[in-house]
Amino acid sequence: MNASILQSLIDGMLMGGVYALAALGISLIFGVMKITNFAHGALITVGMYITYECCTLLGVTPYVALPITMVLMFLIGYIIQKICLNPIMGAGGHNQLLLTQGIAIVLENLILVLFTANYKSVTVPGFETAIRLGSITINKPKLVAFLFVAVISVGIYLVLNKTDLGKAIRATSTQPDGATLMGIVVSKINCIAFGIGVMCAGIAGALLIPTQNISPTSGNAYSLKCFVIAVFGGLGNIWGAVIAGLIIGVVEAYSALFLGGSWSEMVIYVIFILTLIIKPTGLLGKKG
Amino acid sequence: MEKKNTGTLSPLLKRGINTTSGGMSRLQIIIVLAVSIFVLLTPQFLSSYRLNLVITILTAAYFAQCWNLMSGFTGQFSFGHAAFYGVGAYMSSILSVDYGVNPWIGMLAGMLAAGIVAAIIGYLSFHYNLRGDYFALATMAFCEILRVITKNTEFFHASTGVTISYSKDWKQMQFGGKEGYLYVAFIMLAAITFGLYKIRKTKIGLYFVAIRENEDAAKALGINAFRYKMTALIASAMLTALAGTFYAQYYLYIDPTICFGNSVSVSAITPCIIGGTGTIFGPIIGAAIIEPISELTNALLSQYVGLNMVVYGLILVLAILLMPNGVVGLFHKLRAKKQKGE
Repeated sequence: MNASILQSLIDGMLMGGVYALAALGISLIFGVMKITNFAHGALITVGMYITYECCTLLGVTPYVALPITMVLMFLIGYIIQKICLNPIMGAGGHNQLLLTQGIAIVLENLILVLFTANYKSVTVPGFETAIRLGSITINKPKLVAFLFVAVISVGIYLVLNKTDLGKAIRATSTQPDGATLMGIVVSKINCIAFGIGVMCAGIAGALLIPTQNISPTSGNAYSLKCFVIAVFGGLGNIWGAVIAGLIIGVVEAYSALFLGGSWSEMVIYVIFILTLIIKPTGLLGKKG
Repeated sequence: MEKKNTGTLSPLLKRGINTTSGGMSRLQIIIVLAVSIFVLLTPQFLSSYRLNLVITILTAAYFAQCWNLMSGFTGQFSFGHAAFYGVGAYMSSILSVDYGVNPWIGMLAGMLAAGIVAAIIGYLSFHYNLRGDYFALATMAFCEILRVITKNTEFFHASTGVTISYSKDWKQMQFGGKEGYLYVAFIMLAAITFGLYKIRKTKIGLYFVAIRENEDAAKALGINAFRYKMTALIASAMLTALAGTFYAQYYLYIDPTICFGNSVSVSAITPCIIGGTGTIFGPIIGAAIIEPISELTNALLSQYVGLNMVVYGLILVLAILLMPNGVVGLFHKLRAKKQKGE
């Protein structure tokens, strides 16, 4: 039993890292533009299929294909923001949320049309076996994904905090009007921020490929989970998303261990509702 | 994410006030009557396959109208209306299949159950003042919880779903031909639309719109926002449950995804967006546009699985981008332009 508790902790942490990265994208997008991106799950799937195509066409591993996926996903995000979301940034209400839902429907079904509903998979040579440490096994792709996530999260943190671009993004997020007065082209910053957010979803998708078979609805499983993490960590709060991702990953692993896999979703949604009710600003957010 | 308080009334609200004094124009009444008579006569000249489309339009419009009551008029944006739809469908089906309860009674039980679920969701959300996107996410999470429960419980037949036996008896809420279903769906839609039309002229209707436009201002004027939001939510939920029961009795099969899936919640919203959220006829116009297109693309592009949904999504995206107030809003804009021209 002790071994399985430790095992679940490790599995949970490793998966949580990937969730964290995807959720970080949602949080960034919400932080800068106050848009709840319902297309995030579908974009994770897009990331998976772009990586899959790179792998099969070029015969490389998902990790080698990652830079291509990142660039393409950034461009997709940039274009979505520029064409679809920028024109309605001023319009209040729920039009932005619904628009992202519409985009999600289009993307998910476009993948279905192009790739059919058949499951696809990419195997990475040498990654089929797990690392054994006593009674604990560590899944290699998940470990590598975790390391990638750590590096990329730090990279995004540095971009946001140490560069002029990051300063402009943060300025737009706190005060769009003020940022405009300071000469920042807010519409362009919005595109870049959405691009980075979508890129996060894409990277998460790419890193998940070696751990599972992919289908056009694969990303959906992560969609609501990412919202839970982003809200739990405090929408707009990058570090909150990372910490919440790890926590939710572990909670998920433990609830799967003690309650069975099918009920573990339930635990996460209950946490979600409790967070919304008790502290909608999240773990690291200001007082609600 | 709260709406900015700009201090001005939105065009929708202004229109709401205008129509409360004026009512429908003679032309509008003639159009409504003509369309109603046409729909009621369709069984005389349409094939069974085509009638199915008419029934789909009517039920989609009814479902959207339920959503419209709560989200369009009162401004509480629900992204999990499938929750109430599913509760209605499951309640009547489980009661009739496993316990031999008559579906008409099951329908009432479903409405009651959906009302209770809505009261719980509403109390938790409104008491803790969830607004905007946060409320939308909460409704979505509640809906998912219901899906997980039905999917994992033998009592609800888990993921196998519930099959309802066909008896052709109106006492069992089943009708010999399609026309029976068509008349029932028409009555449901006509009743809710008439109800919305009437309620808009009352105090409660104006309170609903006031809360949508500016909740804080409405509160400051002494409106008990919590009570009216609860009223709208519970009423909407109970009426939605009816749509769920109707679906189950018409298609005779339900499962967790058919009832509680995200696409069900979206299907309540899309007609409103296309036709015009918060208007009386918007959801009906929207359903009459999106359902035939959906059906047509499904038939024409059937060799490409999923392409019809791509079209569906594109229409949703384009509707939001090109006509933010829907067809009805577009119509009003054109009329305003014409009047200005004169």
